[in-house]
Amino acid sequence: MVERPVLPRPRGPLSAAVFDALRHGGAVAPPRGGSGAPCDAPYRDAHHLALYCCYELHYRGFLGVPDDREWDPSVLTVRAAMERAFLDALRRDVPAGDDVAAEIDTLLVEPLDAHGVSHHLHRDGERWQVREYVAHRSLYHLKEADPQAWVIARLDGPAKAALVTVEHDEYGAGDPTRMHSYLFAEMMRALDLDARYGAYLDAVPAETLAEVNLMSLCGLHRGLRGALVGQFAAVELTSSPGSDRLVRAMRRLGMPEAVVEFYAEHVEADAVHEQLVRRGVIAPLIADEPELAADIVFGIRAAGFLADRLDHLLRTTWAQRRSTLRRVLPPVPA
Amino acid sequence: MHATGMDADMAEPATRPERVTRVTLTDDGPVLVAGPVEIEMPDGSVVRSNRAVTALCVCRRSRRRPFCDTSHRRKVRDHG
Repeated sequence: MVERPVLPRPRGPLSAAVFDALRHGGAVAPPRGGSGAPCDAPYRDAHHLALYCCYELHYRGFLGVPDDREWDPSVLTVRAAMERAFLDALRRDVPAGDDVAAEIDTLLVEPLDAHGVSHHLHRDGERWQVREYVAHRSLYHLKEADPQAWVIARLDGPAKAALVTVEHDEYGAGDPTRMHSYLFAEMMRALDLDARYGAYLDAVPAETLAEVNLMSLCGLHRGLRGALVGQFAAVELTSSPGSDRLVRAMRRLGMPEAVVEFYAEHVEADAVHEQLVRRGVIAPLIADEPELAADIVFGIRAAGFLADRLDHLLRTTWAQRRSTLRRVLPPVPA
Repeated sequence: MHATGMDADMAEPATRPERVTRVTLTDDGPVLVAGPVEIEMPDGSVVRSNRAVTALCVCRRSRRRPFCDTSHRRKVRDHG
């Protein structure tokens, strides 16, 4: 049976209005103007939690929320206002470009003196930080490849075939116990984390939700298919070295193979996916639809921009020895 | 205009009229082999990959040989 998450606690008037309507029926009555309106503060908690939950109706929905709320016009209206605000903010904050080849080249080099979160975890990360990192990542990885699956119907020919090859691999190539979402849940259980779908929705900040919201936004809008492919490429091209650092962090901390397996699989899988995405998806897509180039670059840069925001939050908060979650993880049972 | 010629053939080896294995040489990275493959190692052991496409390390820098782990990538000083 498909596991459904529980609606989280609201964070402010906007998410309260959306959750009230979902829980009790009736149209969403969003706050108008000023603080709490759907266009206010498009990187904040209130915005991304409400948007995430509107999107979740298209994935698994929520316990106690009827399935037909997925296409409720009042939910779609408030979602559209939040999407516009988020997209406008990203278009403003991410420099525009249309040289896809140059953009990809910047992703294919390894900085020697980098300070990203995987470098930190590799060098001197602690066990509690690895557990927090995995809790953040669970919002995406328990639905790994699902947001990108929306784009399949919007592509054709070689680009479609190659993208499906990558997705097929993400879904375990026919073996449910090799599905990346399954491997991720196995890793969570081995780390004594709650592996239920959506279990940490209440605990993660806007920075974590924004990354997944970008995928859902671009996946659910055919007009943003170029950006979706860019986002997908950014992840597949940068994942392999980062996953390798996480494998080494986990081994250094003496974690068992059941924990290490998820990132170990990604070192190898994403080395292949990089090649498939560059040569199989992007090259023929640009040859076919050159007008998508600017949005492919936008997708790559928006993904990088949001990844940097989360990265910065994790590193600066851990540097103060504080939890990056809104709800501190219970300690590992002895 | 993609010089190395990986296309739909690569993704769907089973649907090609003749089962010819496509091997793609990339200019800067691994060798790509379509379909499940067995790789015989120098010591005689055999490693199997069930992926639709397998990336084999030829730069000898991979820590996961015979598979590519992207260690061939150029290392740069980060001026950011």
